[in-house]
Amino acid sequence: MVSWISALDRKLLRDLFHMRGQGLAVGAIVACGVAIMVMALGAISSLELSRDTYYDRYRFADVFSNAKRAPERLATEIADIEGVRTVETRISRMVTLDIEGMREPANAQLVSLPENGEPRLNGVLLYSGRFPDPSRPDEAVVSKAFVDAHGFTLGSNVRAIINGRARDLEIVGIGDSPEHVYMLGPSGLLPDEKRFAVFWLSRRALEAAFDLDGAFNNVSVSLSPGANPQGVIDGLDGLLEPYGTGGAYGAEDQLSNAFIESEMQQLAAIAAIIPPIFLVVSALLINAILARLIATERQQIGLLKAFGFDQREIAWHYVKMALGMVLGGILVGFVLGAALARLMTNLYTNSFRFPDMIFRLDPSAFVIGGGSAAIAAIIGAIASARSAANLAPAEAMSPAPPTVYSKGALQRAFARIHFDEPTRMILRHVTRWPIRAAVTVVGVAAAQALLVGTLFAFDAIDEMLEQHFDRTDAYDAAINFVEPMNYSAVREIERLPGVLSVQPNRDVSIRIRHGQLDERVWLVGVDPTGRQRRLLDDNQRFMDMPEHGLALSSQLASMVVAGVGDRVTLEVLEGERPVLDAPVTAIVNEAMGWPAFMDVDALGDLLGESDVVSGVYAMIDPDKEAEFSEAVLARPGIASVALQRASIESFNESMEENINIMMTIYALIGGAIAAAVVYNAARIGLTERGRELASLRVLGFTEGEVSYILIGELGLLVFLALPLGGLLGMGLAYLVASSMATELFRIPVTIDPSTHGMAAAIVVVSSIAAALFVRQRVKTLDLIAVLKTRE
Amino acid sequence: MNVLARSQAPAPDTDTGVLLSARGLTKVYDTGEVKVQALRGVDLDVHRGELLVMLGASGSGKSTLLNILGGLDRPTEGDVQFEGKSLTRRSDAGLTRYRRNHVGFIFQFYNLVPSLTARENVALVTEIARDPIPPEEALDMVGLAARLDHFPAELSGGEQQRVAVARAIAKRPALLFCDEPTGALDSKTGIQVLEALDHVNRELGATTVVITHNVGIAEMSDRIIRLSDGLIVDIDEVGRAKKPSELSW
Ligand SMILES: Nc1ncnc2c1ncn2[C@@H]1O[C@H](COP(=O)(O)OP(=O)(O)O)[C@@H](O)[C@H]1O
Ligand SMILES: [Mg+2]
Repeated sequence: MVSWISALDRKLLRDLFHMRGQGLAVGAIVACGVAIMVMALGAISSLELSRDTYYDRYRFADVFSNAKRAPERLATEIADIEGVRTVETRISRMVTLDIEGMREPANAQLVSLPENGEPRLNGVLLYSGRFPDPSRPDEAVVSKAFVDAHGFTLGSNVRAIINGRARDLEIVGIGDSPEHVYMLGPSGLLPDEKRFAVFWLSRRALEAAFDLDGAFNNVSVSLSPGANPQGVIDGLDGLLEPYGTGGAYGAEDQLSNAFIESEMQQLAAIAAIIPPIFLVVSALLINAILARLIATERQQIGLLKAFGFDQREIAWHYVKMALGMVLGGILVGFVLGAALARLMTNLYTNSFRFPDMIFRLDPSAFVIGGGSAAIAAIIGAIASARSAANLAPAEAMSPAPPTVYSKGALQRAFARIHFDEPTRMILRHVTRWPIRAAVTVVGVAAAQALLVGTLFAFDAIDEMLEQHFDRTDAYDAAINFVEPMNYSAVREIERLPGVLSVQPNRDVSIRIRHGQLDERVWLVGVDPTGRQRRLLDDNQRFMDMPEHGLALSSQLASMVVAGVGDRVTLEVLEGERPVLDAPVTAIVNEAMGWPAFMDVDALGDLLGESDVVSGVYAMIDPDKEAEFSEAVLARPGIASVALQRASIESFNESMEENINIMMTIYALIGGAIAAAVVYNAARIGLTERGRELASLRVLGFTEGEVSYILIGELGLLVFLALPLGGLLGMGLAYLVASSMATELFRIPVTIDPSTHGMAAAIVVVSSIAAALFVRQRVKTLDLIAVLKTRE
Repeated sequence: MNVLARSQAPAPDTDTGVLLSARGLTKVYDTGEVKVQALRGVDLDVHRGELLVMLGASGSGKSTLLNILGGLDRPTEGDVQFEGKSLTRRSDAGLTRYRRNHVGFIFQFYNLVPSLTARENVALVTEIARDPIPPEEALDMVGLAARLDHFPAELSGGEQQRVAVARAIAKRPALLFCDEPTGALDSKTGIQVLEALDHVNRELGATTVVITHNVGIAEMSDRIIRLSDGLIVDIDEVGRAKKPSELSW
């Protein structure tokens, strides 16, 4: 016989096969951890590659800015700014759409295309059709998602309200652009394919429509390699200042791009937080399994040492055993992770509009995933491997003395209570092996924590929606004017059919500075008597806007590192562009975005205006929504209308599938951990106490009574684990929320009792399933064989 | 050292050089509560090629002495020299090398690896040896050629112990230490094991030290030493009076 594999390795393989149940349990946990890591890293690399490819091919710009109306000759001056490579000027405006069969209005961003249809920056990818003929002002290329959502085709007409005039635009091309990968409409919540579109029209058509002959209101530039973006931003701001710019910003502040970045950050946070939990549990299980195995193999180890195997060889033998247990898990994790990464990447095509979602799994994902699982296995094995290596051979050869039991603290505490013998055996066993009991408790608690720490995300989403739609932004419709209007515009909206009440709204683009830090944000004027746009304090209670100073959303406060009492500088980015120092007088809780707030009258004073509004919030009679929509669309000067009901519905629609998929995955994974931990504990208990249990059977105890000793112990440990897991889960939720928070979203840590309940139910059911599985083995205890074998 | 040379030309008298010598060995087991003095000053020379039997009541220190001679344990005081070089001053790694290269063990409870077949149990040791006998041959020497691929659970006690003998001798050890090798066996299988031991001692020239309770076994040996209460009380030169099959239990 050719021995291509050493006898010691054969022992290893046979031992592994013998322990396959436990190996599978560990493997399953490792597989989950590795899979999640590979999934997250794979999704990141896919997003990154898809984005970079798209940006590169369609020349995504580096810096963006706008103006009210800037003369075209400025373009050459912009090109002269140091570091600017290419300049593209455009006309861009928000308009409303009146779509047949839709009760509520939709919004479109009109973007101009140069004569030849090929902008130098932010190119338009044409899926079908052609670019608009400059001599035909009503031809448009329309973003694909919108076209598909409405079932339009080339040649369809869409009615747009441009400058107060209804015009039927003909779809001559279907396209997309790297600026709108994440297509957020004016409601600013989630992509809404039905209610938001980009229309690309010829420059000539938009010049005529908005009276911008020889002028532009939007510009993007690309940078030469190594250029300093801040220098270009400052240069642009300087040149555009006289023409009413809202301020230039880099790609990191470009909304669609920021959403992609934020998604990648969140994936990175998942990869950093969740897999380590699995790997810690797998290390704990390996530790328990090997500790038991080494106790069983004491004499074999002594023998190996007697025959001259050295410490390194023996330690390596058990380390290899640990690696053997995780190897399968790692491979399954690779396959599963790759599949999940693909699934995830496919789900992204719902929210991110890449022409091709390119799927790429970076080899580093496998190296990191597999490597960290292997390291966890080695850490789990190290204590046992070391104690095996250090076993004194002479001692190992003599049979281990009977386990010393004593009345532990736990039993002394319960001394008064009369326990039956089996219960006493359980308590004695738990207190005799406190570390092993702790491993089981911690493992089950980790499962529970993982469930709580992931499932809470759905409570958080509910909470965010509730906070946004029912509390801070409790209006039914938000109407934005093209330009700030006189207060009479509010009265006119109020008289529209279906309008129950209105709240005027004034917001203005500002730059806020604190020390070295600055951010471009919206400053929202708050009417202290208003009931439709309100502020919440830290404890989610309504609060009044302080009469003086600024209220910062907590996101913004942390972005510029300012707290109550600090003074910040405001630069208004429109009109007279006043600059002002103001104290921060409150920090408020906003579910989304990072605005700043000011009393509406104080804002008026700051801007040197009175009774000027930039939009209106309105409550609408639900039965009269259609009439309201029709009436509001007929009005001039309206840039966008967003109906909250429609936003919520589209949110629920697009999230439901994702949420169900993710919930199921989390539940399966959490259940798998609990089952694996309990199964393992039961198997260890069974090997360790097989003789004892068989002896009891010989003495006449029933199978049920014997099973009780084994399973009752597990029940006790699971029972202890649940509250601990709940607590750990809350901690995990905090960790997840704080590391997943991006500038765009802050995740509230709210854990509904039902989430705790659901997590506990999953843990208990999985534990019972695992225990019942092991109970089958109690039935097959071979009484005679067990008593004959020498321990 | 060509140990097989002796099987062609057995010449006991020329081979009585001292292979292993112990001087002033004491061993105290300190279990925390009590101190047990297992050896109280043992002097012993083990001659090259001899078959030495140790007798003594239970607890007299036989295993302790054997373990120290075999490099499994260290004395509290005293020195052991192998081929004139001190063992007791060696590091753990040095003792491991001594066991790996020169020593074979056989224990009362066979201590086979249950997940390996007979052949693999022997291979386990031959794989780390310098000049081993192939496992098949070693098993043949103990009469188990037909049982190569049986697992321990499929072998009788005597067969298991003979696998242990094959495993111990397959590396051609200079020294073979046996701690009550027949202690768990009935007389008939015990004799088979002793025959195997006797055979390899003659065939391979391995210096053999056997602990036993059975006075009868002593009759197959070259010398008998008796221990009592941690001291050697008697050394008896017998000179291979009987073959194992002639022994009575
Ligand atoms: N590891 C140990 N710890 C404590 N005492 C021991 C240990 N090993 C042996 N002894 C004690 O040392 C004495 C000699 O034991 P041992 O050498 O095993 O005797 P024998 O093999 O002759 O029966 C006995 O009293 C025994 O109890
Ligand atoms: Mg003994």
